[in-house]
Amino acid sequence: MDLTVGPIAFFWDAARVREFYAGLAKAPVARVVIGEWVCPKRLPFWQNEIPDAVETLIAAGKEVALSTLALITLVRERRQTADLLGMGLPVEVNDLSALQHIPAGTPFQVGPMVNVYNEGTLQWLAKRGATRIALPPELPLSSVATLAGAGREMGVAVEVWGHGRVPLAISGRCYHARMNGRSKDNCQFVCGDDPDGRDVDTLDGRRFLTVNGVQTLGRTITSAARQIDELKAAGVASIRLSPHVGDFVGVARAWSEALAGDQAALLPALDRLMLDAIFSDGFLAGHAGASMDEVAAG
Amino acid sequence: MMELVCPAGTPAALRAAVEAGAHTVYCGFADESNARNFPGLNFSRAEMAAGVAFAHARGAHVYVAINTFPRAGAQDIWHRAIADAETAGANAVILADLGLLAFAAAHHPNLRRHLSVQAAAANPDAINFYASAFGVRRVVLPRVLSVQEITAINREIDVETEVFVFGGLCVMAEGRCSLSSYATGLSPNMNGVCSPASHVQYSDDGAEQEARLGGFLIHKTPKGGVSPYPTLCKGHFVSPDGKGGAVDGHIFEDPVSLDATELIPQLQKAGVVALKIEGRQRSRAYVAQVVRGFRAAVEALEADQPMPAGLLRQLTEGQAATTGAYRKTWR
Repeated sequence: MDLTVGPIAFFWDAARVREFYAGLAKAPVARVVIGEWVCPKRLPFWQNEIPDAVETLIAAGKEVALSTLALITLVRERRQTADLLGMGLPVEVNDLSALQHIPAGTPFQVGPMVNVYNEGTLQWLAKRGATRIALPPELPLSSVATLAGAGREMGVAVEVWGHGRVPLAISGRCYHARMNGRSKDNCQFVCGDDPDGRDVDTLDGRRFLTVNGVQTLGRTITSAARQIDELKAAGVASIRLSPHVGDFVGVARAWSEALAGDQAALLPALDRLMLDAIFSDGFLAGHAGASMDEVAAG
Repeated sequence: MMELVCPAGTPAALRAAVEAGAHTVYCGFADESNARNFPGLNFSRAEMAAGVAFAHARGAHVYVAINTFPRAGAQDIWHRAIADAETAGANAVILADLGLLAFAAAHHPNLRRHLSVQAAAANPDAINFYASAFGVRRVVLPRVLSVQEITAINREIDVETEVFVFGGLCVMAEGRCSLSSYATGLSPNMNGVCSPASHVQYSDDGAEQEARLGGFLIHKTPKGGVSPYPTLCKGHFVSPDGKGGAVDGHIFEDPVSLDATELIPQLQKAGVVALKIEGRQRSRAYVAQVVRGFRAAVEALEADQPMPAGLLRQLTEGQAATTGAYRKTWR
C-alpha cells in the first residue's frame, strides 16, 4: 500500500501552491493529483504553477495525474475538461461528463467524487479504461473489501480516503459568497481568506462542517489511521491524503512510517502535527462519518 | 401538453394522483433500491403490478424509481427490482448507478431507461454520455441549473428533459451528498434516506425546543412555535469569521421548499417535456391537491392562459417557497 496526495481543495494563492508542491517533492508519497476540482473561478490565479509543479514532482520520481472539476456545468468548464486530456498526463475524472471527451480504451483514473459503490460500476469503468479508482469516502470497510477484490480481478488499483476534511457535498450555490452577502457571480474570491475552509458550528458550539466555496466538507479529519491492517488485507492499493495547511510533509512522513509498520504511533503523531484537528473514522466503521470510538481517539 | 410526473408512496396515493389528472406516476419498491426508503412507504411486487394496471386502464403511465447506488456484494436486490418493474408493466425505470444502467441496457433492452436526478447529469456532455453508453431516453435534471442553462443544454442533446417544479429542495447536487451519512451513518446514495427520522431527537430546555440529527443540533425554535423538520442542509448554524465576528443563520438554505410554478412557461420554452413533483412521502390528500393544481397549470399553459398564481401556497405548510437555482441569483 502506498500514498497518493489528492488535489488541493481550498483556494490557495500561487505562492502557497508553489511552496506546497516544492515540499511535496521530498515527501514519501508515490503519486500526486493536481488541479482545481472545486471552483473553476479560482484556476486563473494559480494555474501557471501547474507546469512547474508537475515537472518538479516527476523529477522527484512521483506519478502525476491531473484532476477534472467535481461539478462541470459551463461551456468553458467543458472546454477546460477536454483540454486536460491533451496535456500528456493521466486524468483523474471527478465528474463523469469527462468520459464524453475520453476515447474508449484510453486509460484514465477515477476520483472520489465519482459514485463507485459496487462491482458492476467498477467493472464497467474498468472496461471503459479506468486503471485506478479512488472510492467514495462514505463507503464502509465491507464495501471497500468487496470493491478492492473486484479491482484486483479487473487490474484496477483501488484507493481509499485516508486523511483530511472529507468532501460531503457540492452545490450550484457558493456558501462562502452567501455568508458574505454576495452572489456566486460576485464572490470577490472570499474563499481565499480561509485556506483550510471556514468552520460551520452547531448552535451549541460543536464543530461540525467546513464550507469551501461551493463545496461542503466535514470538520473532522477523516482518517484511516486505525484501519490500515484491514485495508492492507483487503488489497487496497493506496491511501489518499488530502492537502491542508501546516506541516503536510510531516503528515505524509507519519503515514509512510505507519504503512511500514509503526501504526500505533500514527494518530498521536497526526495529533501533534495538526493541533486544531478532531479525528473521525465513522465512515469506514459503518457509522456516522463524524464519529470515532472514544477508546483510541488519541 | 407538458407531462406531469407525480409522486406516489402508496397504492392509494397512486390512485389519487391518477384520478386527479397525473399523466404519469412515479414510485418505488419497498426496499433500499429507491431513494425514498421510509418505513410504511412504497410498493410490494403485487401492489406495483396492480398500480400499473390501474394507471394504464386510465391512460396514465408509471415510472419505477430504482435510484440508489447498489451496495457492493448485494447488487441482486437492485437487479431483481429492474426485472420486476418490467414484469409489472412499468413504462420506464429511473436509474442513477452506472453499473445498474449497464445491467438494464444489457438484460432489459426494451425497458425504457430514464436517468435519475441522483446521477446529477448537469451538462450536455454528461447527458450525451449516458445516452450513448446506456440508451437513456430522458434525464431528470439536477437542481443546480438555471432556466438559461437548461435551454442551452436542450440545444445540445437528443434526449428528453424533466425538471422538478414543486416540493422538497436539495441545495446540493443530488446523488453527490454525504451530509446525512456524516451525521447519522445513513445516506441517500446507500440507504435511500436523508436526515432520517430514526436519528431525529426533539427536546426542550425550557424556553426553546431543540431539534437534533444524529446528536447534532440543527435548530432551536421558541416553545410553542412551529419547529421545522431538522433536514441537515436547512439547519441553523454559526460560522466564526476568524476575526471575532460570526455568521449566525441558515448557512446553506432556509427551511424553504421549491415552487417553480411561475417558471413553467419558461421551462417549456427551454425545451423541458416533463414537470416533476417531489413528495413520495406525502399523504394521498396532499398528492391529489398538488396534482389538480399542476394539471390546471399545464392546461392553462396549453390554452395560452396565464399561470394560476398562488395556486399551491396553502400546500407549502407555512414554509417559504423558492424558485431555487432556476433563477441565477439563487447561487
